[in-house]
Amino acid sequence: MRVSPLQLIGQGVLYAAFALLIGYFATLPVYTHMDPAASAITLSFGHAGQRKAPCRRLTPEEIAALAPNMRRPMDCPRERVPLLVELLVDGELVYREWLPPAGLAGDGTATAYERFVVAPGRHLVTARLRDSRRQEGFDYEHEQSVELSAGQNLVIDFRADTGGFRLL
Amino acid sequence: MSRPKRLARWAFERVESAFDAVFTPDWNPLYQLGALGWFFYWIVAVSGVYLYIFFDSGVTAAYESVEAITHVQWYAGGVMRSLHRYASDGLVIVMMLHLVREYVMDRLHGPRWFAWVIGVPILWLVFAAGISGYWLVWDKLAHYVALATSEWLDTLPLFGEPIARNFIHPSTLSGRFFTLMLFIHIAVPLILLFIMWVHIHRHTHARVNPPRGLAIGTLAALVVLSVARPAVSQGAADLGTIPTQVGLDWFYLFVYPLLDEYSGLAMWGLLGVATVLLAALPWLPAKRPVPAVVSLANCNGCGRCAVDCPHGAVRMAPRSDGSPYSEEAVVIADLCVACGICVGACPTATPFRRRTALEAGIELPAYPLSDLRERSLAACRALQGNDRVIVYACGQGPDLKAIAGPSVAVVELPCVAMLAPSFIDFMITRRHVDGVFLTGCRANDCYERLGARWTEQRIAGERDPQLRARVPRERVASFWAGVDRGGELAEALSAFRARLGELHASQAPVVAARPGAVSHAG
Repeated sequence: MRVSPLQLIGQGVLYAAFALLIGYFATLPVYTHMDPAASAITLSFGHAGQRKAPCRRLTPEEIAALAPNMRRPMDCPRERVPLLVELLVDGELVYREWLPPAGLAGDGTATAYERFVVAPGRHLVTARLRDSRRQEGFDYEHEQSVELSAGQNLVIDFRADTGGFRLL
Repeated sequence: MSRPKRLARWAFERVESAFDAVFTPDWNPLYQLGALGWFFYWIVAVSGVYLYIFFDSGVTAAYESVEAITHVQWYAGGVMRSLHRYASDGLVIVMMLHLVREYVMDRLHGPRWFAWVIGVPILWLVFAAGISGYWLVWDKLAHYVALATSEWLDTLPLFGEPIARNFIHPSTLSGRFFTLMLFIHIAVPLILLFIMWVHIHRHTHARVNPPRGLAIGTLAALVVLSVARPAVSQGAADLGTIPTQVGLDWFYLFVYPLLDEYSGLAMWGLLGVATVLLAALPWLPAKRPVPAVVSLANCNGCGRCAVDCPHGAVRMAPRSDGSPYSEEAVVIADLCVACGICVGACPTATPFRRRTALEAGIELPAYPLSDLRERSLAACRALQGNDRVIVYACGQGPDLKAIAGPSVAVVELPCVAMLAPSFIDFMITRRHVDGVFLTGCRANDCYERLGARWTEQRIAGERDPQLRARVPRERVASFWAGVDRGGELAEALSAFRARLGELHASQAPVVAARPGAVSHAG
């Protein structure tokens, strides 16, 4: 196939335009996901609340009434209480939520994943959690003063086996 | 075709005409979008294999190995990484153009639904493959993509604990994650390859390789771009921070900024509805052509219809009527688009037949061959002058009313290739007209994929059934127009008629002494 010099030039221009299109939009324009001058606090954990009703010791008659392979000394209802979580930054309540347990039977772990954008600098962070059947107050509370730099992401995790909230 | 779609098609063809002038129709990339998609896929695959050799999975090793590939061996690994990135972007561009173009050209109804619907998961797989690749680099962009993607996935009630928790602190991320992502980044393209094969499975003579010149030019453009602006990382991911500003690859990640504006569930809903609507388009509205039928009394089992069918809708099967021929044609109705190319390929589709009723071995019930002969003769009866022309055209070309006149008759066909060469012979050598003019879709972009190509080859004597040598080729012309080149078509037709006038003046015979090639009016 014969191609004229003018056609070759035209092809070069169109190939260059194609390359420019890819080269530009492969990284540009830069996207600002969050203000670079801001900081973030991420509250994220998974934790199972207490059972909604306490375990009860079965009577010998009740145990005997069960199938042999199903016999157990305790009857523990599966359903768990929702978690009540509060987060305060510099004394101001920024988050208060009832977190339901996962699962169709409501017997799974309740999870939290929330991000809060704050100004850099020193902040007093207070996290509270209720995971029991109590009606008032909290079972866990952690308060800590932190210095946040621009772009920093402070993670608030919760591990009951290590004492509750921890700041990462 | 609706008015907006026809307008969009006109716009497409205007651009394609410009590309025709620059690339020639043979190399026009807009006619090769599917083939270019395959080409980009293979560039991505080959460069990916090279990168895999040097890539190391691990929280810090991933970033460090990619940096080494990019900077230590910039001349090979760096170019390969850039080719991997840019060819992936090219794949998205041609894929989206291919999708829009097929819609605008109305190539999705009837049996074409299969390729269209199979194309929908291809979209998802291409994006999944590309996005998973960005995680592997483990730079700031990877961190952003990992966070945004996992937070988006967490809006679906599928995971027990938020998977985004894996990317909020160095202590939460495991090196095994990169092994998993590497597996996904290899597995998804392999599944994609399989689906791409299914996508073209029903097409005979599918174009999976672009013309060599176009392939060389495209690859050269990508290599030059890779050297001039190599793909580089955006700094190591730091899970103690939030990636605030990132250089997005907008071809793959254009949805992500919307996640900052709208809820994840809303975006899933939007994409879900868009996917379902896209998949349903072939039936909006439903168009069901009446498929071709085989007349066993006239079928000699030559198999030309099966060979020429662009949609694989005709198969040869053992003879069922006790005739001495070994095979017979069988139409798979679900695959037949009723283009009539099989009729044009049938050696029995000859209008010279007078003693018996004109019926070919394979026919379109909506366009019987006997009707075509009668319509052709009726259209020519009133023609005047010594430059009488019958134009056979498909419905995918310009407005045909504008070219009809005292010396020009127009007969429309589903596809020009439905016209058996014997019809051209019949019309010229029986002096019903002075010349035959063929027009329809633009060159290399036949609506029925192969109609224009088969027609040219039949007339040039390169494909059966051939136009007989006795037909003077100077009395046959073609111009592949598309919808936007009505003016050029009229000019080509005028030039052809002028030539016929000259032939008349020189008392040229209507039966050739020896064969020649068809003349191209445009």
